[in-house]
Amino acid sequence: MKFGVVVFPGSNCDLDAYHTVKDVMNQQVEYLWYKEKDLKGADCVILPGGFTYGDYLRPGAIASLSPVVESIIKFAREGGLVLGICNGFQVLTEANLLPGALYLNLSLQFRCVFTHLLVENSQTPYTKLAGKKVLKIPVAHGDGNYYADPETLKRLEKENRIVFRYCTPEGEITRESNPNGSLANIAGICNEEGNVLGMMPHPERAGEEILGSSDGKIIFDSILEFWGEKR
Amino acid sequence: MKQEMWRQLGLKDKEYQMILEILGREPNYVELSMYSVMWSEHCSYKNSKRVLKMFPTENERTLLGPGENAGIVDIGEGLAVAFKIESHNHPSAIEPYQGAATGVGGIIRDIFTMGARPVALLNSLRFGSLKEDRVKWLFSGVVSGIAGYGNCIGIPTVGGEVYFDESYEGNPLVNAMCVGIMEHEKISLGRAKGEGNSVLLVGARTGRDGIHGVTFASEELGEESEGKRPAVQVGDPFMEKLLVEACLELIEMGVVVGIQDLGGAGLTCATSEMSSRGGTGMDIDISLVPLREEGMDPFEIMISESQERMLLVVEKDKEETVKKVFDKWELTASVIGKVTGDGMVRVRDKGRLVAEVPARSLAEEAPVYCPEMRFPSYLEKVSPLSLEDIPEPREAEEVFLKMITSPNIASKEWVYRQYDHMVRTCTVILPGSDAALLRIRGTDKGIAMTTDGNGRYVYLDPYLGGMIAVAEAARNLSCSGAEPLAVTDCLNFGNPEKPEVFWQFYKTVEGMSQACREFNTPVIGGNVSFYNETAKGAIFPTPIVGMVGLLENIEQRCTAGYKKEGDIIFLVGEGEPAPGGSEYLKHIHGLLKGSPPQLDFQREKKLQFFLREAVKAGLLSSAHDLSEGGLGIALAEGCFSGNLGIEVELSVGEDLRWDILLFGEVQSQALVTFDPQFQEEVARVAKEKGVSLKEIGFVGGKNYKVEVRSQEMNRTINLPLEEIKDKWRGAIECLVEL
Repeated sequence: MKFGVVVFPGSNCDLDAYHTVKDVMNQQVEYLWYKEKDLKGADCVILPGGFTYGDYLRPGAIASLSPVVESIIKFAREGGLVLGICNGFQVLTEANLLPGALYLNLSLQFRCVFTHLLVENSQTPYTKLAGKKVLKIPVAHGDGNYYADPETLKRLEKENRIVFRYCTPEGEITRESNPNGSLANIAGICNEEGNVLGMMPHPERAGEEILGSSDGKIIFDSILEFWGEKR
Repeated sequence: MKQEMWRQLGLKDKEYQMILEILGREPNYVELSMYSVMWSEHCSYKNSKRVLKMFPTENERTLLGPGENAGIVDIGEGLAVAFKIESHNHPSAIEPYQGAATGVGGIIRDIFTMGARPVALLNSLRFGSLKEDRVKWLFSGVVSGIAGYGNCIGIPTVGGEVYFDESYEGNPLVNAMCVGIMEHEKISLGRAKGEGNSVLLVGARTGRDGIHGVTFASEELGEESEGKRPAVQVGDPFMEKLLVEACLELIEMGVVVGIQDLGGAGLTCATSEMSSRGGTGMDIDISLVPLREEGMDPFEIMISESQERMLLVVEKDKEETVKKVFDKWELTASVIGKVTGDGMVRVRDKGRLVAEVPARSLAEEAPVYCPEMRFPSYLEKVSPLSLEDIPEPREAEEVFLKMITSPNIASKEWVYRQYDHMVRTCTVILPGSDAALLRIRGTDKGIAMTTDGNGRYVYLDPYLGGMIAVAEAARNLSCSGAEPLAVTDCLNFGNPEKPEVFWQFYKTVEGMSQACREFNTPVIGGNVSFYNETAKGAIFPTPIVGMVGLLENIEQRCTAGYKKEGDIIFLVGEGEPAPGGSEYLKHIHGLLKGSPPQLDFQREKKLQFFLREAVKAGLLSSAHDLSEGGLGIALAEGCFSGNLGIEVELSVGEDLRWDILLFGEVQSQALVTFDPQFQEEVARVAKEKGVSLKEIGFVGGKNYKVEVRSQEMNRTINLPLEEIKDKWRGAIECLVEL
C-alpha cells in the first residue's frame, strides 16, 4: 500500500507520519508538496500535524486553499482514504471535507498529554481492528476544542460518525478526561462514507512501545487490513 | 562628538578614546553605534573573558569548542551533537511572552547555523515568589512564550527546571538550550572566507525592533526599564521554521561557505564576527537590505535585532542556487555585498560610505577588564548554621505535605504539558525524570540531556555551589544510564562592576572548572548574563549547567519512577544529609543559611560509575538521585511517576534528627529499586565500583509509608498515594490560576 504525507509550510509532524508508515508499518510512502496537485498514486493521504502558516489565521485556513488540497478533495469525493491528524483535521474542516470547527482549547493553553480514546465506531477503514477498545494516544494542540451546531452534532451521532471520544483509562466519558473542552468529548469524526477521518490525537506518535504506547499502530493496521480486503 | 553621545550608548570615556585611536579620527554615529553594541558586555564578554579561561574546553570527543555559534561533540558513527544555552533574562523581565519566545528562536538559530538539525529544547527558569501577581504574570507569560515558539517550529521541549525564590523577583531568569544532531562533514562555520564571495542576507525583513537590545541587556533593571520595551524583539516561529528548512537544505547541497545567525547586535555582529574569524573584510550596502518600514537610519539597520535572519557567504556563481531554495520556501534572499581582503567592514548606503571600521576591532578588540573582587560581607552572616536555629517540628506528615506542595518541589506538569515534548517522535524519556532522553534514528544510540543549577547553594558558597551544579548534572545523566559528554553553561550574575558580585562570579567559575575537569566534561560553549539586578539587589548567583550525555544502546536506560510491586529499594552512596541551604530550611523554617552539602569527587564518581554500570547491565528498575528536599522527597517522586506505593524503614543514630534525615540535602547519593533476584548481582557491581548499598524498603501498596526510628523516638509518614499525588500535581496550578 502506498501512503502520501502532505507537506505544507509549517507542517511539523510530516516526518513522524512518514517514519511511522515507512519504518513501523513497512509501507511505501512519499511526501506530497503543497504546491503540487499530483498525489503520486497514493492510496491513502495523510495530512499531518503542525502549524501551517503559523496558525496565524484560523488553524488550517490558509493551507486548505493549497493546490494539493484541491486534488485531495477530488480524491476524497472518489472514495480515497484521507486521514487528517491534528492540524490536518483542522485543514479538513476548513476544506469542508468534515463538518464543524476546532476552537481554542477551553484552558486557553496548549496541551501535550497522553489521552485515552474510546473507539465509538469500529466500522471505519481506520478502526476496523480497534473493536471497542480504549486506545492510549497523545494529543498536542492549542486548538482542539471541537464544535458543531446542535443539528450537525445530532446527525454525527445518528450516523455513527463520531469515531473517537476522550475517556478515562477505563473507558468512561468524563469531563476530566477531555483535554480541550470539545463538544461531547469528540476526539475524531469521519465523513458520511467513512473514508475521510479527522482526529486531534496523534496515532503516529504512539506507534512504538518505546514512545510510551503502540496503540496508534492499531489505526494504521486497520488501514492496511481495509486496503487488503478492498483489493 | 559630545560626551553624552557615547555615554548614552553605554560606552565609557576610556572606550571612546580607544575608538579614536583605532580609527585615527572621530567615529560617525553609525560607527559609534556599531562599537557600542559590539563592545557591550553581552557581545564582548569584556568583564568575564579572563575568568572564563579557567574552563577546560576540550576532551577526546570535542570537535569544536567555544568561539563559534555552538560547540560540537562527536558521538560516533560519523554523527555529532551541537548544543548551547543562552539567556534572555532582561527582555523576559519586561515582556515575558516575546522575551522568552525570541530566546528560544535565537538559540535554535545558533544550532542550525552549525549545520545541525535542532532536535530538542530545554529551558531553565527562575522567578520570584508565586504569591506575587506580577510573578504569576511573568511566569505564565514566559511559559506560553516558550510554548508558542517551540511548539510551532516543531522542536520538542523535553526538559529543564523551574525554581522560585524572592531573589529573582523583578529579574527572572530565562535560559534556553537547544540540541542538534549532524553528520561530521556537515559542520558549517560562521566564517567569511574567499575574497569576492557574495554576502547574502536571508529570512525576515529588517525593522526597528530590538534597537540597542544588547546595551539594554548590559545594564541593571530599573523603573525606566519598562520604557525599553521597544528593545525587545518580536518572534515569528513560522518564519524560522521555513528558515531552518531552507538553510539545512543549502548546507546539505554543500554551497555554503560561511553562515551565521543575526541575534544580538544584528548585522553589525554578523558582518564583523564572520570577517574577523575568516581573516577577511566585508563591503555591504544597506540600501539592499529588505526593510519592514520606511525611513530607517543606517545605524538602525546596522544594529536592528529583528529576528529570523541569517547572513550567508557563498561563491558568486551560487547566488542563484540560494535564491532558488529560498524561493521554494517563500523566503527572501538578498545579495547585500561581498567579502573583501583588507579586514575592513565597510557599510554603504546607495554606494555612499557610511561606516568603515576594522572588523577585528569590533569583534575581538573590545577592552578586557579585570573587575575588582571582594569577599562578600553577607557570607559572614549566613554561616554557621546551628541546629538550634531549626526548631524540631512535631508532626512529620504535616511537614511532608508542606514540602511536596512547595513550588520548588511540586510537579512541573503545569509547565511541560504546555510544551510539545513529543514531536519528532524521538523523546524516549518524557519530562519529569532526572534527564530527558532522545533516540537517534538509524542507530541504537540515545542522547540524554539535563540542566541544573541551584542558586541558593551558589549564594551560600560560590565555589562549592559551582562544583555541585556540574556534579548534579552529571549525576542526573548517569541515573538515566548515559555517559556525560560535555557542558554548555549560562552564567547569570549581578553587576560585575560590584566587587562582591565579581567575587561570586570568579569563585563559581573556579568551582565549575574544577568539577568539569573531574568529570571530563569540557565547556564547549555558553553565555554570560550580568547585570541581573533590580533596586532590591542582585539575584542569587546562578550558573546553569546544560549537559549532554550518550547512551550507546537506548534499550539500556533507566527512569526515576518505580516500576513494579515487590522491587526492593536501596540507598546508594555514603554521605550524611545536612540542613544548610536546603529547601526544607527555607520553606519550612524561612532560613537561608549554612553550608551547601559537601561534595567529594571520588565518592561522586564512584556513584556515577555504579549507576551507569548497573543500568547498562539491566539490573535496575529505577534510579533517582537525591536533590532538593532530600531523601523524603526523592522517595516520593519515585511513587509519583511510577504510581506505586512504598514501605520504607529508616533508623537514625542519636546525632541525626529525623527531619534532617528526611529532608536535609546531600550529594553523591541515589535511590535505586530492583527485582530481588538481582540483589547479588547489584551487590557485586556496587562492591566493584566501591559504593555502599543500604536496603531501606520495598515498592508496594497504595501508600507512601516511611518510618524513621531511633532508640527513643518513632516518626511515621503514612499517607495514601492518590491523595498526596493530587496535592503535588496541583500545587503550581493552584498558585498560578487562583
